Amino acid sequence: MSKFRKKDKGELPAISTASLPDIVFMLLFFFMVATVMRDSSLMIENRLPSADQVEKLKKDRTVFIYGGKPSSQYKQFGEEPRIQFNDAFIGVEDVRPSVIQAISELNEDLQSKVVIGLKVDKETNAGLVSDIKQELRKANALKVMYIANTKTEN
Amino acid sequence: MAKRAAPEVNAGSMADIAFLLLIFFLVTTTIEKDKGLLRSLPPIDDTEVEPPIIKQKNLFTVLINRNNQLLVEDEQMELEDLRQAAIDFLDNGGGTNAAGESCDYCKGKRLEDSSDHPDKAIISMKHDRETSYEQYMDVQNELVAAYNILREREATRLYKKYYPDADKVFTAMLEEKEKNQFNKDEKLNERIETIKKLFPMKLSEAEPDKN
Repeated sequence: MSKFRKKDKGELPAISTASLPDIVFMLLFFFMVATVMRDSSLMIENRLPSADQVEKLKKDRTVFIYGGKPSSQYKQFGEEPRIQFNDAFIGVEDVRPSVIQAISELNEDLQSKVVIGLKVDKETNAGLVSDIKQELRKANALKVMYIANTKTEN
Repeated sequence: MAKRAAPEVNAGSMADIAFLLLIFFLVTTTIEKDKGLLRSLPPIDDTEVEPPIIKQKNLFTVLINRNNQLLVEDEQMELEDLRQAAIDFLDNGGGTNAAGESCDYCKGKRLEDSSDHPDKAIISMKHDRETSYEQYMDVQNELVAAYNILREREATRLYKKYYPDADKVFTAMLEEKEKNQFNKDEKLNERIETIKKLFPMKLSEAEPDKN
């Protein structure tokens, strides 16, 4: 009858930590996959304005255009606000071809729903923004989102 | 020499190493959520049709000068007062819309010299080239807020019964639409459209003068 010997009461067996690495690795892989390294480095100062009536942006159908003063590493481009698209400074007249090209690279069923995300520094003149908007109208990309930080409503 | 079995590698520190990596990625991850004001630009219109004449009282003009000062309806105004002024203008309901209906949901003062109907009320903003983008965004934000507040009010009036717990009914409706974007809820879409139609967003922007 030794098989059915009663266990010692009270002593809990230690919890096995053998699966701990697995759990941690699972989390690790999640964060590795979820991390997006910024694909285009900003060559401009980019402090966004804030607004409280904001809507969420759908990333998959967005083309970003940046605007602002060249940052300190790019002083050779002067002090005037510039437009950055992907990794390069472009002039106002290049906005239309760049945007049209970026749209054509998108998934086909999203092309008609494309949103242009404008990330413009708050110190910029609004004139630059209206120049960009004129070009976007010519490119027939009419949905624009002014990206902003969320201001807490008061 | 006697043949020895290779000693097993102690895997006890594996968890520590993994934790270290995990913490590194946790710290560096910024799950970016971009938010902003969504606006539609008017398409370029080449046709030379005479633009319809809009009565002055149906037009709410907002000008921003190069010193970021606001001129609203020919009077200087502070940014804090803009939202209420826009609401008063949109909600005035002094007359009838194109179909001859008067605005029975407006709660404004029904002044003779302000907008006839939310259908007709147009907010027109114009800025100088030297206006700062921050001020421009603040003004846009206030005007969009005016529309949102009015839409929120109408949504509460019409559909509060479906969303008894919601603080902001219109926001709740939009969120629900967002959640169910793959199985479209016709009724919900219809309701959202109804609200949008009560206060259609007619926010026009004039090009700044070239100087």
